[in-house]
Amino acid sequence: MSAKIKNKKAPSLWKSIDWLTIFIYLVLLALGWMSVCGACYDYDQAGSILDFSTRSGMQIIWIASSLLLALLILMADDRLIESLSYIIYICFLGLLFVTPFLAHDIKGSMSWIKIGSFSIQPAEFAKFGVSLCLAKVMSTYGFDVRNWRDFIICVILIVVPMGLIVMQKETGSALVYSAFFLMLYREGMPGSILFTAISAVVYFVVAVRYADNPLWGVEEISLGSGIVMLLIQLFTVGLIRIYGQGAKILSRRVLLYMLAIDAAAILFARFIYPFNAVWAMAFACGALAIYLFYLSLRDRVLPYCLIALFALGSVGFFYSTHFVLDKVLEPYQRTRIHVLLGLEDDPRGVGYNVIQAKIAIGSGGLEGKGFLNGTQTKLKYVPEQDTDFIFCTVGEEEGFIGCAVVLLLFLSLILRILHLAERQSYTFGRVYGYCVLSIFLFHVFINIGMVLGVTPVIGIPLPFFSYGGSSLWGFTILLFIFLRIDAGRNRQQR
Amino acid sequence: MDGNYELEKRKYVIGGAAVVIIIVYLIRLFTLQLLSEDFKISADSNAFLKRIQYPARGAISDRNGKLLVYNQPAYDVMVIMTEQIGVDTLDLCESLGITRDWYERRMEEIKDPRRNPGYSRHTQQLFMSQLSTEEFSRFQEKLFRFPGFYIQKRSIRQYNYSNAAHLLGDVGEVGPEDIEADDYYRSGDYIGKLGVERSYETVLRGKKGMEILLRDARGRIKGRYQNGKFDMAPIPGRNLKMSIDIELQALGERLMKGKLGSIVAIEPSTGEVLCMVSSPTYDPRIMIGRQRGKSQKQLAQDPYKPLLNRAIMGQYPPGSTFKTSQALTFLQEGIITPSTAFPCSHGFHFKGLTVGCHKHGSPLPLIPAIATSCNGYFCWGLFHMFGNRKKYPTVGDAMTTWKDYMVSMGFGYKLGIDLPGEKRGMIPNAPFYDRAYRGSWSGLTVISISIGQGEVNLTPLQIANLGATIANRGYYIIPHVVKEVQGMPLDTLYTQKHYTRVRREHYETVVAGMRQAVLGGTCRVANTSFYEVCGKTGTAQNPHGQDHSVFMGFAPRENPKIAICVYVENGTWGATYGVPIGALMMEQYINGKLSEASQIRATEFENKHLYTMDNVTRLDE
Repeated sequence: MSAKIKNKKAPSLWKSIDWLTIFIYLVLLALGWMSVCGACYDYDQAGSILDFSTRSGMQIIWIASSLLLALLILMADDRLIESLSYIIYICFLGLLFVTPFLAHDIKGSMSWIKIGSFSIQPAEFAKFGVSLCLAKVMSTYGFDVRNWRDFIICVILIVVPMGLIVMQKETGSALVYSAFFLMLYREGMPGSILFTAISAVVYFVVAVRYADNPLWGVEEISLGSGIVMLLIQLFTVGLIRIYGQGAKILSRRVLLYMLAIDAAAILFARFIYPFNAVWAMAFACGALAIYLFYLSLRDRVLPYCLIALFALGSVGFFYSTHFVLDKVLEPYQRTRIHVLLGLEDDPRGVGYNVIQAKIAIGSGGLEGKGFLNGTQTKLKYVPEQDTDFIFCTVGEEEGFIGCAVVLLLFLSLILRILHLAERQSYTFGRVYGYCVLSIFLFHVFINIGMVLGVTPVIGIPLPFFSYGGSSLWGFTILLFIFLRIDAGRNRQQR
Repeated sequence: MDGNYELEKRKYVIGGAAVVIIIVYLIRLFTLQLLSEDFKISADSNAFLKRIQYPARGAISDRNGKLLVYNQPAYDVMVIMTEQIGVDTLDLCESLGITRDWYERRMEEIKDPRRNPGYSRHTQQLFMSQLSTEEFSRFQEKLFRFPGFYIQKRSIRQYNYSNAAHLLGDVGEVGPEDIEADDYYRSGDYIGKLGVERSYETVLRGKKGMEILLRDARGRIKGRYQNGKFDMAPIPGRNLKMSIDIELQALGERLMKGKLGSIVAIEPSTGEVLCMVSSPTYDPRIMIGRQRGKSQKQLAQDPYKPLLNRAIMGQYPPGSTFKTSQALTFLQEGIITPSTAFPCSHGFHFKGLTVGCHKHGSPLPLIPAIATSCNGYFCWGLFHMFGNRKKYPTVGDAMTTWKDYMVSMGFGYKLGIDLPGEKRGMIPNAPFYDRAYRGSWSGLTVISISIGQGEVNLTPLQIANLGATIANRGYYIIPHVVKEVQGMPLDTLYTQKHYTRVRREHYETVVAGMRQAVLGGTCRVANTSFYEVCGKTGTAQNPHGQDHSVFMGFAPRENPKIAICVYVENGTWGATYGVPIGALMMEQYINGKLSEASQIRATEFENKHLYTMDNVTRLDE
């Protein structure tokens, strides 16, 4: 009898678990293993891919242990996991703190701890600890990200592990933690913060990338500067339209004036007297800001004041990027940024990897060369062939079709997590779900982007594909804790 | 709740962002893989041929700029397994002058991942190394008949002199452990194996380059990918200028013929090694090319161990040359003054312990004691030092003080010369004797260390460095065999002065003793009117056979140009071999040539053989 009642309260784990996610997970694992096989060795004897002395053989051990880990997590009690959140977070902070002291140097990174014959990277595991802690904090009664004090707490929870990882000289892994701001956005962080941060990145990249291209044949005007100014104007107008009250007409008029000034300045520079028209565009931005200040004082509308600050801040940021790049940074740092943005060829360094990656992917064509038949992704042509640049192997051996399948699988995984997160009845589950989503999205975005030469080269693994136990275990734990929480969503009492 | 509903809409923003990112990436992939002209040609798996370009290895010259080691072109035959299908093996074997058996064995070796860790069917693998120019031109004509076979131009080492094999070392193919240890190497690469080729490997090797070539469907090379935009030019290795004087080295090797032992000469003011002879030696030219393996094996099996660099790996009792270091220690510690005299009646006698000595006047002060190499004097010195309970509370403290002096003179640890395989020698310390004698020992127990016997062992390099330190009156610079690396400053390790714990004035006393030894003591043979030679003989007792003959000295007395150690195994008295050989070496270096009389003496010593060994100078194929 009692058993039956229990069953009614909490439906069986096997029924409530999300099998679709598990299916996607398993397919990605299988494709990932094939890629590691393709990347790390070239086999003549059949069966040697299963040899445990090779990386593909080792990866089987990692996969098997990950599946075991996943099973263990599913058997655990989600309420127990939830109640341990703070302890887990604090343990990870301690571990991250001591890591640089225990670590042995691997290619300049101090993030690996050696245990027996294996090395583990605590930074890869800490993600789920931070996610749990954020979820736990944010699900406490009365917590609201829109309250600035609560927001600061979240920022501290994110920034502290980030700082510890930077101390291990793993800037790439640390940047992953910035993905949590996407979750904060879902939970109510003002969109303008996210928007401002993204705009800053866009300004910087565009301004530096196109700094030396002339606009419309006028040597005085830099294309990058022109585009950034135009973006600032468009963003400002967009903000007026969204946040202003009944500002449709105002925004349209402002936009017209702006474009008119821009066009006049550029035409003047082109045909009458060449001068740096960007100054005129910046001047227009300044005038707009003053006008907005005036409006906010006259009509007592605070948003206009903030939008004016955004416009002025953007112009200031734009001019300071050039100052920082030319005067503050050391020449080698400048070179590095230029290489990241594809301005300088550095065939021996970062640029070399990207070129080799593009050659490898490009050579895959529509259908690819087939499993283990890749030639460009073998040996040491592309460094980090089986870790950070693993997507090259997919591109070369499985072609466009294989790549598309992998990308769509990742997309479905991310959208599925989004759906699962949204159906949580408790904040804890939803926040944790969005944490998982943000991390996966960030990894896929940066890793595949860098292989395709779209995003800067930041050394982070591709989930389920890159060789290595730490990252595979890390992602498995991250995902299956969420699946476990999701499976317990129908419980009546908490 | 209303706000929360508003927030829920943000899921569309986030999901939308994910969808947009994936779509952008799909478009990017589409252009890269299906549209781009650049990469379209590469749909064929053999479109790119990445060819490694090897840099020229740095050349090596002696201190006077005479070229010792340079490069000579050689040709490696490479094979790509996936492309070599359908080759007429008989024709191939004939063209290369190999047997069918050899061909099949080699192919198996290439495919064995244990012996060839970087193996891939799709990249060039080394099939046969170092074809001579004639072999190459014969093969080149027929190359078109053997698809999948390629010629890779390499350079191999060539030597102008038959000397200094231990110093120069050699290059050979990398082993699996080298590939494991350094990502730079791939199967078939060359690496320095011994000598400076090994210790300066990273500066000599330069940096490999790579060119990316385009091929058509039949594997014919169509040109460079994007006009070589992505090629990397190889960076040539840096040249080395050694501190060795090759003429001096050659004379040393000549004088040591038929003997076991070593000669090390150092320029005291700079620590530069002027010559380093280890006998028996071999001609470095036997280690070139394909005969290297055979020569290596033959040398390794030789009972006289020609591969051993005795100058830095041989650890010998220094014998009486060590007495100079004792005199310095006793003077600095105030145990003796230059006028302190000790009795010696055919040796040191105390409580039934006797250390014998030859016949000379008694009692003696320090300078004549050094000149006549009196054993008794130094035994008494050590006895008084280790028995001085006012200065040292226990014998262990005295021992520790003594050991610190020895270490400050460069004994007991590796000096840090820029050659691989240096040994540290042996300077005993208090815990060592505590263990050996279970705590019950005294100055008497260990008395023989004062005359360079017993537990004390030094390498010839350390003895020569002792000579350099005395010549400098109290400091040494770590001996090194490379004077200049092209375009790079010398490691500061080899420019710093290391001062010993003994003051300069005490060194002057010991120099006076060593001068006396040349004028009227054990080193009379070395005396010459051209410059003032200072020296000290050693006759190191050898329980296994004849005593070893040792000489340590320097010249001229003021502003010394050369400090030297000659160590001849089983050469009996120091004066028999050590002193005359040392004298000839100093003459050669200071005067730049040997006088006629010296030439005759040199020939005489060249032909005085203590051992009959097959002269391993040149292997003929």
